[in-house]
Amino acid sequence: MTKFFKPNKIFAITSRAPKYVLFLFVVVLSIGLTEALILSPEDYKQSHAVRIMYVHVPAAWIALGTFSSLTLFSIGSFVFKNKYFSLISKSLAPSGFVFNIIALITGSIWGKPTWGTWWAWDARITSMLILALFYAMYLLAWRIYEGKEYVVKITSMIAILGAINVPIIKFSVDWWNTLHQSSSVNILSDTSIHISMLIPLGIMTAAFALFSLLIFLMKYNTELIKIKNKGLDRL
Amino acid sequence: MYGKKVKLRFLFLTLVLVSVILSVFLILQSLKDNVIYFQSPSEIKSLIEIDKKKIRVGGMVKEQSISINSNEVTFIITDFKNEINVTYSGAVPNLFAEGKGVVAEGFLKDRNYFSATKILAKHDENYMPPEVKEAIGDK
Repeated sequence: MTKFFKPNKIFAITSRAPKYVLFLFVVVLSIGLTEALILSPEDYKQSHAVRIMYVHVPAAWIALGTFSSLTLFSIGSFVFKNKYFSLISKSLAPSGFVFNIIALITGSIWGKPTWGTWWAWDARITSMLILALFYAMYLLAWRIYEGKEYVVKITSMIAILGAINVPIIKFSVDWWNTLHQSSSVNILSDTSIHISMLIPLGIMTAAFALFSLLIFLMKYNTELIKIKNKGLDRL
Repeated sequence: MYGKKVKLRFLFLTLVLVSVILSVFLILQSLKDNVIYFQSPSEIKSLIEIDKKKIRVGGMVKEQSISINSNEVTFIITDFKNEINVTYSGAVPNLFAEGKGVVAEGFLKDRNYFSATKILAKHDENYMPPEVKEAIGDK
């Protein structure tokens, strides 16, 4: 399986795929924005403020999903000393961090008109801020210890410790009283969001996932070019 | 199948994770009162002593309990078991309404009266268009 991650084989994909992913992203994003901003109805209670959700919720999902996969690859690189895994983790981080920040900012913008406050130190919001700090630590560690042989160990540890926060974010709204509402889209129990609003939410999530994939492919491609420039065919 | 080092690193990682998860769990357990954002009226009722510190009370605004005087809003927060009377002067958020969630920040006068310095509307997890809400409301 690890052969699949070897630069020479994957480079052919990462150098060509971005333009197709970009095309798909633009198409899906335009459909998603049309649905979210124009076609979808306003909410019975918060009226047009609901449209912020179509950015906020997908961004938060992608931020969490990216950190989870980043952690899985970090565990892989730590345990099996597989450096391609660590490069994949490294390339995943930037887009996850950006989406985390987007989730925090859009949440703040939504919170002011609906809750009446920009910020609340409740469990969900605070744990999401902690995730952003872990993303920042992770990215900084790659910069600071660049070229050092222990960089993989340090960044993997940050990712693995930060991952403990991920289930805390997910269940914070169930475990404690929070100002943040509990989850509306559930797999095991009823979804409390109307289908006319669920569709734009799904399309926007797909668009953001494609954007994440695009940034990941471009970052990973850069990492592979760096290896090529060093004249190595493997790490 | 895997080398000895791989197994050792895996064991090390498992131990790190287990110990950190346990410590986080213990920290959160001991900080429980600070992690929760607000207390319910029932929790206020069962307080042994009334703290002078700023606290938050959350629940539903009781139906037909909001009364707006010249510069003061009074209403009742309920969790359908216990109630607490709240007085507040200032602007309330748009989503503040009877039968909806609310979080009031302020000081407890006694177990039944709360003087709020800030009102936050708590939004629930239901999203639907107005027509659907009406259709549900009619039933």
